[in-house]
Amino acid sequence: MAGTLDFSPDDRYNAFITTCSTAPFSGGALAGIAVAVKDNISTAGIETTCGSRILEGYIPPYDAYVVELLRREGAAIVGKTNMDEFGMGSTTETSAFGPTKNPVDPSRVPGGSSGGSAAAVAAGLVPMALGSDTGGSIRCPAAFCGVVGLKPTYGRVSRYGLIAYASSLEQVGPMARTVEDVSRVMSVIARYDPRDATMFDRPYDHRPSADIGGLRVGIPGEYFGEGVDPRVAKKVRDAIGVIEDLGASTVPVSIPGMRYALAAYYVICTAEASSNIARFDGVRYGPAVDTRKSWHEAYQDIRQEKLGPEVRRRVMLGTFALSAGYAGRYYAKALGARQKIRQDFERAFRDVDVIAGPTMPTVAFPLGERTDPVSMYLSDILTAPANLAGIPAISVPCGRVDGLPVGLQLMGRQFEEERIIDAAYAYEQGVKA
Amino acid sequence: MKTIVGLEIHVQLATATKLFCGCSTDYRDDGPNTHCCPICLGLPGSLPRLNRKAVEYGLLVAKALDMRVLEESDFARKNYFYPDLAKAYQITQSDRPLAVEGTVEIEDDEGHEKIVRITRVHLEEDPGRLVHVAGASKYSLVDYNRSGIPLLEIVTEPDMRSPQEARRFLNKLRTILEYLGVFDGEREGALRVDANISIEGSARVEVKNISSYKGVEKALTFEATRQRNLLRRGQTVARETRHFMEGRGITTSARGKEEAHDYRYFPDPDLGPIRVADRVAAIDLPELPTARKNRFMAQYGISLNHARTLTGDPRLADFYEHVAPADPILAATWAADILLGELNYRNMSIAAVPADRIRELLALLRAETITDAAGVQVLREMLDACAAGRPCEKPADIVKREGLARATGDDFVAIVQAVIASNPQAVEDYRAGKKGALNFIVGQVMKETRGRADPRELGRIVSECIEKGGV
Ligand SMILES: [Zn+2]
Repeated sequence: MAGTLDFSPDDRYNAFITTCSTAPFSGGALAGIAVAVKDNISTAGIETTCGSRILEGYIPPYDAYVVELLRREGAAIVGKTNMDEFGMGSTTETSAFGPTKNPVDPSRVPGGSSGGSAAAVAAGLVPMALGSDTGGSIRCPAAFCGVVGLKPTYGRVSRYGLIAYASSLEQVGPMARTVEDVSRVMSVIARYDPRDATMFDRPYDHRPSADIGGLRVGIPGEYFGEGVDPRVAKKVRDAIGVIEDLGASTVPVSIPGMRYALAAYYVICTAEASSNIARFDGVRYGPAVDTRKSWHEAYQDIRQEKLGPEVRRRVMLGTFALSAGYAGRYYAKALGARQKIRQDFERAFRDVDVIAGPTMPTVAFPLGERTDPVSMYLSDILTAPANLAGIPAISVPCGRVDGLPVGLQLMGRQFEEERIIDAAYAYEQGVKA
Repeated sequence: MKTIVGLEIHVQLATATKLFCGCSTDYRDDGPNTHCCPICLGLPGSLPRLNRKAVEYGLLVAKALDMRVLEESDFARKNYFYPDLAKAYQITQSDRPLAVEGTVEIEDDEGHEKIVRITRVHLEEDPGRLVHVAGASKYSLVDYNRSGIPLLEIVTEPDMRSPQEARRFLNKLRTILEYLGVFDGEREGALRVDANISIEGSARVEVKNISSYKGVEKALTFEATRQRNLLRRGQTVARETRHFMEGRGITTSARGKEEAHDYRYFPDPDLGPIRVADRVAAIDLPELPTARKNRFMAQYGISLNHARTLTGDPRLADFYEHVAPADPILAATWAADILLGELNYRNMSIAAVPADRIRELLALLRAETITDAAGVQVLREMLDACAAGRPCEKPADIVKREGLARATGDDFVAIVQAVIASNPQAVEDYRAGKKGALNFIVGQVMKETRGRADPRELGRIVSECIEKGGV
């Protein structure tokens, strides 16, 4: 079975940067299924911009490994989804190609940075999509748009072809309307790739099971504290109640390192970004530099002109955090805090199988509301810890507040996606019943 | 006032593929940007994958230099903008190199053995190369064929005391690298040097951009003289970076540009740490130059000078061992004193010389079938044939064709008598006791016999003939 899929969606939410009107597909586990791919994942022959003017016109000569795997299993790659520029944002508003709107309420943000993928799934334009998650970029928009999104264990999915923002934190992961579809995509993309030296050979081959009898669920107080909308907390506690009713038990746990999480996260991700983003200089791809200028001047000018303010802010923060005389005070300290958070999770997972809490402290906020960077950074507080610890985490819809979706976040031990998927699946099926 | 020199040497490792991708390293005869892929072009999303062979080569060097190999080594990013640097950072090693604290033994300027301490060795990737097309000075072109070639950086302590010592150190290091088979010295730019030089008590100057090991002595000699002259005139030496202009043999100030850099090193998140200490134990070192030199003296009974010359290049040493067995001392004399000079004259490599033919030639010499002079003539014919790509004749055939077989003295009596007859003055002088006159007559006979006779035997026959009063 092979052919082409015609794809001409009504993209009223600006979910896509590029669409492919006819997308070829072949036979396989995902034969003929339309899959949208976040625009920071390289697709041979299809423009890949990372939501940035500086990569406008860049057509990768190769497929990211995850895209290669999707194609091999028959998926039709129908388009590239909108995102915060280079993944730097939690609303998809920093995209150079305009914000994506939340299909549940178009006056609100879809979350970010994989907002385009979440919106494309929520609006029914595609059943499945790939996102990437550096500090919550899959789970946040999944929660805000009312879909399911999984951030895999660091090292379980190849990063080869994912245009790097913060290499030590990010993973490609699936987004879909159901846990089952997320699991299907995961079993296609979680395959060992020797080209990614940070990968482990731990393929995912699992069909979700709703049998969660005996599952021990940890409830960290830090996930229900200050800054979390009580109505969101209530919805999540109700959802955990459903999981208990299905045979799980709950145990209070603590992640004291959480108070350093955001600071550590922003130092590490901006430091890595300052290095990763430096190659965009107009020499090899993207818009060409003005060759009449000296190269130093030309670099400066093109980066000033083509990179958005949030990207420039983070590049400057990261450059500062790594500079001589400051690296010890910022970067080295952040690595220490990261280590502490990792240990906190390890300790907690001695007593519990999964940890549950809200994905986001609030529901989706209005477009244009969070203009100051710090309030935007604060919205990552519940998602970034899983990236710092390298553990898998899934967001599954668990009801609404004011008509807006709330996400239940389930985190697991490294390489135990199977458990959190089963718990999410059990909840999803339990609510449906 | 002592001269103090320390070196940083960048060696291109002779792996088949680049440090972080599968591209071939052998791009010498190919066009620009033909040995590239998403990884060495630094295309967005590509990731480095470490070439295990390069690590193995690095550890081989570490072991040969008697270094302490770290338990765990890792890679760091050195961040800076330059058009030849595809990712805007170079993957190198910073806090945790492969190995630290080694030694190399060299001869000092008085001929005594001395130790140069090695600070560290680490792996890094070569950047691409800027190409300036003649007549198009408005822009530069970038060739990424070199991007990602594995480099081993070897850093010494400031233990050398003269430009000559620095040259001897580099020669020794190069020989060791060639013995290890990790380095192809014939590749252009395969060895590049940054040198730190100061006059004791004054500021240190870094000379960058020395792209041949022969240039090092030249650059350092210039720089030492420049610094001494400054001090002699009562001026001070500025602490700075200078560039070596190979063509003009001088150094010029980089005007502080290079020193302003903050490279913002941090561990490369794309590459995990590598456990190296475990791997080094399993490495078998080949016999190294010093050990081989000592063995040559003991096993073959040859002189220190011959042993040192013959082990200075592993291919020459192999060649010698191939031709030595029948008569090691004769073979050493011919290989070290005669053959090397003839090769140098023809700009030929020892690799182009058929060892079996040389062995046959040595057998002819040993059996006294030909004289030394005829031997040189045969050798030259063979080398000329090799250099011209012609098949190399057997020495015995050349001897036969050219009639070079050693004749016994009696074969030359007629010639001797003819020479004596036509040089009455020389005969007079000889009779008058002038020893030089005999040499003159022997020389004349040698000329006539084209080297086929042994000069000592000829001398005897000449004096016999004169004394017999044959004329
Ligand atoms: Zn390559």
